[in-house]
Amino acid sequence: MSVAPVLEATGLTVRYPGQLALDGVDLRLFPGEVHSLIGENGAGKSTLIKALTGAVIPDAGTLRLDGAEVSFGSPGAAAAAGIAVVYQELDLLPNLSVAENIMLGREPHRFGSIDWRRTREEAVAALAALDIFIDPASPLQQHPAAVQQLVAIARAVRTQPRVLILDEPTSSLDQSEVTELFRVIRTLKEAGVAIVFITHFLEQVYEVSDRLTVLRGGRLVGEYLTREILQAELVGKMLGRHVESLDEFELRQSEPDDRQPVFLEARGLGRDGVVAPFDLRVREGEVLGLAGLLGSGRTELARLISGVDRHGSGRLTVEGAELRPGAMRAAIARGVVYSAEDRRYGGIIEDLSIEDNILLALQAQRGWMRRASAARRRELAQSWIEALGIVPADPQLRAGALSGGNQQKVLLARWLAVAPRLLILDEPTRGIDIGAKVELQRLMLSLAQEGMAVVFISGELEELLRVSDRIGVMRERRLVGVLENDALSYEDVLALIARSSRGDDDE
Amino acid sequence: MSAESPVQSAGFRGIQTGPVLRRVNAWLPVIATVAILLLMLLAGQLYFGDFVTPRLVSSLFDNNPYLIVLAVGMTFVILTGGIDLSVGSVIAFSGLLGAQLFAAGLPAVVVLPLMVLSGTLIGAVIGIMVAVFDIQPFIASLAGMFLARGLAYVTSLKSLPIKNDGLNWLLGTSWGGGQWYTTPGVVLALLLVALAFWVLHYTRFGRTVYAIGGNEQSARLMGLPVGRTKFLIYVISGTGAGIAGVLFASYTQSGNPLAGLGMELQAIAAVVIGGTILSGGSGYVLGSLAGVLVYGLIQIAITYMSVDSWWTYIVIGVLLLVFVVFQRALSARRRG
Repeated sequence: MSVAPVLEATGLTVRYPGQLALDGVDLRLFPGEVHSLIGENGAGKSTLIKALTGAVIPDAGTLRLDGAEVSFGSPGAAAAAGIAVVYQELDLLPNLSVAENIMLGREPHRFGSIDWRRTREEAVAALAALDIFIDPASPLQQHPAAVQQLVAIARAVRTQPRVLILDEPTSSLDQSEVTELFRVIRTLKEAGVAIVFITHFLEQVYEVSDRLTVLRGGRLVGEYLTREILQAELVGKMLGRHVESLDEFELRQSEPDDRQPVFLEARGLGRDGVVAPFDLRVREGEVLGLAGLLGSGRTELARLISGVDRHGSGRLTVEGAELRPGAMRAAIARGVVYSAEDRRYGGIIEDLSIEDNILLALQAQRGWMRRASAARRRELAQSWIEALGIVPADPQLRAGALSGGNQQKVLLARWLAVAPRLLILDEPTRGIDIGAKVELQRLMLSLAQEGMAVVFISGELEELLRVSDRIGVMRERRLVGVLENDALSYEDVLALIARSSRGDDDE
Repeated sequence: MSAESPVQSAGFRGIQTGPVLRRVNAWLPVIATVAILLLMLLAGQLYFGDFVTPRLVSSLFDNNPYLIVLAVGMTFVILTGGIDLSVGSVIAFSGLLGAQLFAAGLPAVVVLPLMVLSGTLIGAVIGIMVAVFDIQPFIASLAGMFLARGLAYVTSLKSLPIKNDGLNWLLGTSWGGGQWYTTPGVVLALLLVALAFWVLHYTRFGRTVYAIGGNEQSARLMGLPVGRTKFLIYVISGTGAGIAGVLFASYTQSGNPLAGLGMELQAIAAVVIGGTILSGGSGYVLGSLAGVLVYGLIQIAITYMSVDSWWTYIVIGVLLLVFVVFQRALSARRRG
């Protein structure tokens, strides 16, 4: 190796209460290289990032920057040493302008006052370096998530970091936005920055990274050159076992579903400015996929049919009985449950234990007068933890301490515990690893086999095609079609999603 | 891949609002407040005839300089998403402290700074509770409110008159000719508004105040001094309350353990009417000034109509409701 690593970690160990989060992990970051960190949820990727950036102080191990041993006591110290991070949850200030979000804390001054003209100019320059042209004085909240992501990167890049860590930057981006982000990553790479790229999309790993490090259960599995490792091999290393390749995952054979009774029916259901009126039938025992780009109205449609949001027009019936607008409790009583897209804000209550989180909906349904006994609660929670394979399997653990995939499982357990007839899952697989994804997909199929109706929203067409009987396609807040999934191809659905959204791409 | 294709980047040009429109959007709540102020003046003129006079405009400022100062400090606090309930009680404590010190024969140059400092100190206590011990601002400042009110009673159980030329000068001196007049106290209050505007918009500290109100966690991760800033805004608010105490003592020529009762809520009302959002991150100190003027104008109009003074509260209550709904609608539209 002719080039020396800019940052080298050896034997990093981080202990959390009751858990060894990172166990003697090594990592080498070379200048001008994109390095992917790969592992399932809970493998220790986030902890490793935190240890590199001073957000967590490792219990053992050494960090070398340019060969000299360093230790960072705070994120500020790491930033000063040239290690910049862009976190998965965008840590920006939507109430301030684009320019301020880039420059805050480093604004140029003139006569003791912030020089706003130069601040804006420097922000424009920072954005232009990434080939982004937006009004620096516009409030950040006016821009879509993808632009905000690039603003966050512009902020990080402006400090001219030696190491730039991107924690799941693509999880909320669509394909063209990902392409744009990769262009930016390549620009930075050519400038000699060492980039750490974390993602769950293996295709993206192969597209953009040069080297990768695989973690599993807090331990180092190995470091590989991307071009020298096959995808199947990589998945095997991530999961620590040889799973059948995802392509072999049995395609769901759709049966003629007119035989199954209709469970939920929407006629002309809609809400002004949210979702255009649509007709939709969900039958017992089917998996109905909902496809569409971000912001196409998938979530909004799901919230209307689950009674979470009030509908403005049309009729919603469950087994022939009409649900009044906004009758969410009535909907739950009839077995229609909606599991929210955003785990943090619409689902998991981080400060409650796993057990409390699982039993929340069940307890709400029983009413507060009929509290389940502690032993019964524990038994129930334990059975769900085992059934869904939630790790760590400790019902008393704070739910906030779990990884994303496991939080999703807890959420799923909460709703499954009330024995729903129709389960609406909004992006349950977003931001979770392949192993957990496959498990969730299996679970959906087996639930449907038992007669439950499932509505499954996902941004990934492959998995929709894999598990759905029918796929509803959303475009610009309109349900543009419901396709029977027999011999449906990726391109068929994509064509419907993308048909006219190309011409007018302003929000 | 043809990643460099210009068509791809075109999507990232984002929304191009004109600079004028954009500014107007952010200032809309303040503009609405000023519009209401002007509408009220117009209505008064039409209803009473000879209503809008130089005298009225002058007294609009002259009636409430202490409330202006309180609203300035409160704006800092509310912009971070906090609240300071102690400022009304600080006025009582600061006033009585001054009365006792003047009675002991100390000169104004010593007493006035000590009166201001008493507010700074109580603000610092609240600031430490909020910034270091991470106590809810509502509770921390509630404690500060009881503490200051209690200290006021410890200082004196009944009202004490103050006879001091230095203190009297602040609001007793009238500058200007004829109908147009102002006092040193009003000038001081307006200077503080200008200073606050500069601090909020042209210093890193001020932008950090907005950043904390936007998202405290993000501000921390951006490496901004969140704890220090939170501490300092309560010091600012407390100092403002101390200055307001001086002005109020000058206005009433006395110290009174019951002074400033409920005035913290008047200050909060003025800030909210002025367009600052209680959850923080958005608002302008000039809006707060307009809010105080609206408040003062309602008081004057009620006096003009010679109806009972509690109607002031009803009108303020209605206005607050209208403004909160208005802001809600505005932020909903912005997001949508």
